[in-house]
Amino acid sequence: MSDFNGKTLSWKLSGGIVEVDLHYAPCNEIGTAMLEELERLVRALPELESQASALILYSSRKEGFSAGGDLRELYRLSLATESQARADGMRAFVHRVHQAMNALDSSPLITIAAVHGICFGGGFELALTCDIIVADKMARFAFPELRLGIIPGFGGIPRLRRDVGNAVVRDLLLTGRSINAVKAQTIGLVSQVAAEGEALRLARATAAQVLKYDRHTSGVAKGFAKPIPLEELRRETEIFCELFARPQVMEALKTFVESTDAHPYLP
Amino acid sequence: MRTIDQTTGEILDLAAAHFKVPREQLSAGDDFYRKLKIDSLQALELLTRLENHFGVELPDYEVQGVSDFRTLADRIQARL
Repeated sequence: MSDFNGKTLSWKLSGGIVEVDLHYAPCNEIGTAMLEELERLVRALPELESQASALILYSSRKEGFSAGGDLRELYRLSLATESQARADGMRAFVHRVHQAMNALDSSPLITIAAVHGICFGGGFELALTCDIIVADKMARFAFPELRLGIIPGFGGIPRLRRDVGNAVVRDLLLTGRSINAVKAQTIGLVSQVAAEGEALRLARATAAQVLKYDRHTSGVAKGFAKPIPLEELRRETEIFCELFARPQVMEALKTFVESTDAHPYLP
Repeated sequence: MRTIDQTTGEILDLAAAHFKVPREQLSAGDDFYRKLKIDSLQALELLTRLENHFGVELPDYEVQGVSDFRTLADRIQARL
């Protein structure tokens, strides 16, 4: 399927580049709807890979790349089930997310995330599956999960640790603070910082450069330079599910969902 | 080295220009959420603009609970 227009995302293939547009209001929260369409993208990858060399992941939501997991849906679904079923349901959901993200991570396409605005939690984890991250200077990256009593569950810690120093991982994980694009470039997370509103243009220029090289060689180089940390991902899932099963997490989710706090994006 | 008054003035200039509020209507003691009519997402945007303008890193937990320009200027001044 060369092109697709979905409820949460769309993609189009042109000139050897697949552009995936995340457009789910309010800010590309990753819940069942987004996951189903990410899985649809993954199923389309073999065909896309035969016709393209690069894939750009971007958001057309003005608020940013993605605010992360859909906590409101998570809370609503969790309320409807007793604790063991809730834990099992979360494990199954996380497993599906990991399958989709691992497929994106290991695709022979050279993947580029064009990030603007907020790139938090699960959205940050999605960007981390990409080979290259280009960010506009208004982008902010954060892992705010600890305030809910959990850790990132979509592969964020192993993937961030793959790319940057462990001290940075601990800083972001344990404080929940957000960092801007310049800081993200300084620590080696972001490869290029774009002017405001120009991240997609820079990503397209990068994709055009990638297209110049032999696809097979690029795919092999990517596989060598970017191994998937499978064992760490498995351990992260175990820790995440163990933490998620605690009653404190439901309380924190309830507080978040019912909050009228004017500062939900601040840790 | 900027003085605290200069830092405060630059914050007010930047906030007025970006959020399209007449500069003369803003003063150091104002609650910027109320005066600029911004939500938390826009507050993060303001934080990013200030970081880019002053070339500093300002962890968002340092500005949690801060809502007036003067205190914001203090936080920035401590990192210049």
